[in-house]
Amino acid sequence: MGILDRFLRTARFSGGVHPDDHKRPAADAPLRVMPPPARLYVPLVQHIGSPARAIVAVGDHVRKGQRIGEPQGAVSAAIHAPTSGRVNAIGDIVAPHPSGLPVRGITIASDGRDEWCELETCDDPFALDPAEIGRRVARAGVVGLGGAAFPSAVKISGGLGARVDLLIINASECEPFLSCDDRLMRDRAAESVDGIAIMLHATGAREARIGIEDNKPEAIAAMRAAVAGHARIRVEVIPTRYPMGSEKHLILVLTGREVPAEGRPSDIGVVVHNVGTAVAVRNAVRFGRPLVSRMVTVNGACVRQPGNVEVPIGTLAGEVLAFCGGLRAEHGGPARLLLGGPMTGMQVPTLEVPVIKGTGGILVLDAAEVGEGEGDGSPCIRCGDCMRACPVGLLPLEIAARVRAGEVDAAARFGLADCIACGCCAYVCPSRIPLVQYFHHAKGELAARARGTQRNETIRTLTRAKAERVEREEREKAEALARRAAASLAAAAAAKQPAAVAEKAVEDASEEAGVCA
Amino acid sequence: MLAAILSLTILGAVLGTVLGFANRFFQVEGNPLVEEIEALMPGSNCGQCGFPGCAGAAAAIAAGQASPTCCPPGGRSLAVTIAQRLGVSVELGGAEDPGPLVADIDESICIGCTRCIRACPTDAILGGPKQIHNVMRDSCSGCAQCIDQCPTEAMVMQPLPVTLQQWFWPKPALRA
Repeated sequence: MGILDRFLRTARFSGGVHPDDHKRPAADAPLRVMPPPARLYVPLVQHIGSPARAIVAVGDHVRKGQRIGEPQGAVSAAIHAPTSGRVNAIGDIVAPHPSGLPVRGITIASDGRDEWCELETCDDPFALDPAEIGRRVARAGVVGLGGAAFPSAVKISGGLGARVDLLIINASECEPFLSCDDRLMRDRAAESVDGIAIMLHATGAREARIGIEDNKPEAIAAMRAAVAGHARIRVEVIPTRYPMGSEKHLILVLTGREVPAEGRPSDIGVVVHNVGTAVAVRNAVRFGRPLVSRMVTVNGACVRQPGNVEVPIGTLAGEVLAFCGGLRAEHGGPARLLLGGPMTGMQVPTLEVPVIKGTGGILVLDAAEVGEGEGDGSPCIRCGDCMRACPVGLLPLEIAARVRAGEVDAAARFGLADCIACGCCAYVCPSRIPLVQYFHHAKGELAARARGTQRNETIRTLTRAKAERVEREEREKAEALARRAAASLAAAAAAKQPAAVAEKAVEDASEEAGVCA
Repeated sequence: MLAAILSLTILGAVLGTVLGFANRFFQVEGNPLVEEIEALMPGSNCGQCGFPGCAGAAAAIAAGQASPTCCPPGGRSLAVTIAQRLGVSVELGGAEDPGPLVADIDESICIGCTRCIRACPTDAILGGPKQIHNVMRDSCSGCAQCIDQCPTEAMVMQPLPVTLQQWFWPKPALRA
């Protein structure tokens, strides 16, 4: 411990940046719980993987926690009603996404009673089989709450197919402005640790390490106190540096082991879960409560009462802001709306989008915080700052130059697939080139091309199948025709034959008659 | 009757044998590159490229008389694959790519005649006699062979709708 340890850990990965964290005063404001609004807009896809299928009809009455979306496919998550009420509509709603495209969702009009459906509780989760814990987590629709929203059950019940010996709890919360994990650990430390213990039991890992950045002393103290009775759970204080919360970097800092390029943590026997997910897992296993609400940081210079709020899933961002006192008009008013953090979050065109399972923050920034200015996107001066800032060790300037020239394949050869889109390069760029947008574009282009190839292959298979079928049908028809022709021929021959036999019989008879005569 | 069948059968067998031998001994070696390109093409022989079927287009591309971009149903991804195989660079154009076009049915005027179903080379159209038909977008090759078959003009070609899963950021606009 101490300075040497801190130095060694910092030296484990190169690059990264130290943006102003803007976490306080929002992190110090007490946690508020928002009551369900009159209407909730629940998208059927809030996770990575296939969308869920609606299993309720318009007009149905649902209770809080009732399943309304059935998962489809191996990687998918169930969707539950965030409050009790009536299903008003099933159709398109604006997705919490920069494209502003619609997503299929269920609209629920709250009846104001907020009554739970019957829940399956469990007094001793440690007596349960790990597979059963995975099933209960899947039934509760729990997804990773750190932002990527990967269905947690797949990671908990060994669905990745690899043995796990270390469980890492990601509580670093390296994104500026966000403090929902910090607040969760301060206020619900015991619940978090209970959830971690359940995850430890379910994954079969030997120990759990909770990585918390050193800019959250209150959370560290609370978690240290809560883990006191658990021998296999440890709190690890890690230096504050963005992107410490990136899964691969957190593993490197905590264990010294590196996840292979284009690989997964399970390849080296590690599984990483967010601390918020631990609480969701606890609620799912102990009380059978599905994931119907989450902690959201509401922050930014334009918010009147910044802080952390527990919000029912499906609440519109605008209503959450209204709950936090609304928006300030000073300093030129809101300049940018973001869901998630400022480094990896999504800029959204409107506030009429719902909070979903992966939404960690609602930020309304003013012009000063956005910091746009003259010279945005001027030519690259090849200073190499982006290269030094890149925590993955890529050459952002070279990749962006190739994407700009339309050479996506060349960009891929420079390691585009390993880019984690953390935004460090764009943050330090003196020419303020939108580097991350270039990378997002190129990754999308490559994915679209892969889809196109897949599509062409499917179509080729189908064309061949139809051609074969038509040929077979024609052949069968011809064969049937031939058979029929042969049959009629045989019938004709048979008709002739009895006549011949009869003639012969007559001849024989006459011969016999002759003999007799 | 019997004599006719026998003579025709013998004639067929003899000619078939002759043709079979001719095929084996007088075979012209095809350009393997043409075959390789043909294997990459959709194979629905729609003729939108202006060549007689996919084999014709493949021959023209291999001979350098047609661009790898000449196949509309194959789209960008096919153009890139063929260009990679040929080792040539391909100009995809700076213009917006609407993506592949697929058939769509206006259900209000479909009379359920099944003509489009019979014309579809990929079995992408669902329906039966006097039932409204529908196109399975994932299976439609965009060959447009169904369009002319429809007696009520209920079939149209439309770009695939962009979904949330497929959307991606546009390339940053260059500053003037």
